[in-house]
Amino acid sequence: MPIAHPETEHEENVIEVHDVSFSYDASEVLQNINLTIHRGDYLGLVGGNGSGKTTLIKIILGLLKPSSGTVRLLGTNIGSFKDWSKIGYVPQKATSFDSNFPATVQEVVLMGRYGRRGLFHRITQQDREKAQQALRYVEMEEYTDRLIGDLSGGQQQRVFIARALATEPEIMFLDEPTVGVEKNIKDDFYILLKKLNEQLHLTVVLVTHDIESMAHEAMHIACIDQTIFFHDSVDMYFKESHKLIHPHP
Amino acid sequence: MLDIFQYGFVLRGLEAGMIVALIAPLIGIFLVLRRYSLIADTLAHVSLAGVALGLLLNISPILSALGVTIVSSLGIERLRTTKRIYGESALALFLSGSLAVATILLSLGHGFNTNLFNYLFGSIVTVTQTDVYTIAILALIVVAVLTAFYKELVYITFDEESAQVGGIPTRRINTLLIVLAALTISLSIPIIGILLIAALIVIPVIAALQLRKSFAQTILYAEGISLFSVLAGIFTSFYLDLSTGGTIVLIMLAIFLLIMAYKNWD
Repeated sequence: MPIAHPETEHEENVIEVHDVSFSYDASEVLQNINLTIHRGDYLGLVGGNGSGKTTLIKIILGLLKPSSGTVRLLGTNIGSFKDWSKIGYVPQKATSFDSNFPATVQEVVLMGRYGRRGLFHRITQQDREKAQQALRYVEMEEYTDRLIGDLSGGQQQRVFIARALATEPEIMFLDEPTVGVEKNIKDDFYILLKKLNEQLHLTVVLVTHDIESMAHEAMHIACIDQTIFFHDSVDMYFKESHKLIHPHP
Repeated sequence: MLDIFQYGFVLRGLEAGMIVALIAPLIGIFLVLRRYSLIADTLAHVSLAGVALGLLLNISPILSALGVTIVSSLGIERLRTTKRIYGESALALFLSGSLAVATILLSLGHGFNTNLFNYLFGSIVTVTQTDVYTIAILALIVVAVLTAFYKELVYITFDEESAQVGGIPTRRINTLLIVLAALTISLSIPIIGILLIAALIVIPVIAALQLRKSFAQTILYAEGISLFSVLAGIFTSFYLDLSTGGTIVLIMLAIFLLIMAYKNWD
């Protein structure tokens, strides 16, 4: 499981986004984004449809190149970042993947070990144990040999978390993980994320439009609509929220 | 009844057929799951231009097909990734363009004869001993590369974005896959023919997918279906004097339909 750094928590900057802008064709998606996330944080990145929240995550992960500005991940410029095994990622489309794909839960979770192993290296018994351990953590161990497509949306989501955990990451990114998942399963899911943050000392970045469900779990909230117009603790969010209804007067 | 094994060409056909039967689904599973099935068909048509070139220059049609198909596969992948035209438009361009080149080359060499017919529809009679060696070496290369990059290919096929965040060089692996597809198609030409290669790559995989097994098991089932179809097709076509390629493909289709019927029974 991931290595804890309790002594350095909340001091070290693990993600630094500096003056990032992004345009797609002629339209500006992100404007002068500045965002710093500390080790051990649990940040909810909140925004509506088309607010640019998914784009920002993709830029932080190096999947998209910003039009201007810089991103540093774990102290390294994203262009030369190589430590991908320290990053766990649960993508948005995880819930909308091909349900006919012939892969068992174990095969999916093992993918989390692939990048760590590197080219030309085979999966070992240790990798299988790490995958099993991750499945146990998300309480999906009994589904090891089931096909991923046969599980419910909430169960699939847990498997994708297990895949990210199997990487043994320091930072976990989740993009809209609860879209299309029922309310009570959603609540369990947020409890699991809190566990990842508190027990495993993972830095968690959760992208969502669903502020109500996650607000009581996260430590910080950043609201985004082309630019970040609020970034502070959850308590401050609720004190200020009456002012945030019309962010662009 | 004729004794099939007294004919050297049948033995060579069986050897080449078994090799092709084992390789095709290994590539097919990645192409089908990535919705690339039509790339197989396009590259097959491209390989016709390569065969025509080989016939014209009097060099091995398999090797000339190999060269032309690999170069074209890189072109297709490049057009697809730069996104300047739609993915399927790139395929249409290469498919029709290479057919045009093939007909011109064939007319130059007055090559519209039975030899060409064999390359189009496959025949175990066309398989020479040199072909068997060429096919075996190419097949070994395909298997070695697939084994080396198996886990990366599986991850990219399932979820390309996560694979990239996982540190896997997705672009290079994508290029590798399409080059391997080009290799597999070129080596399959003598047995199954240019017009039916796509079937050999795609149908056993589609049939095996209906069984809903794990990734590793799906590959094994596809291999079984493919091997059985090719062997049964070669024997049947020999005794009934039918086209080898056509017989193989019809047997695979029959297996696919049987699996579908069985799966929908309960």
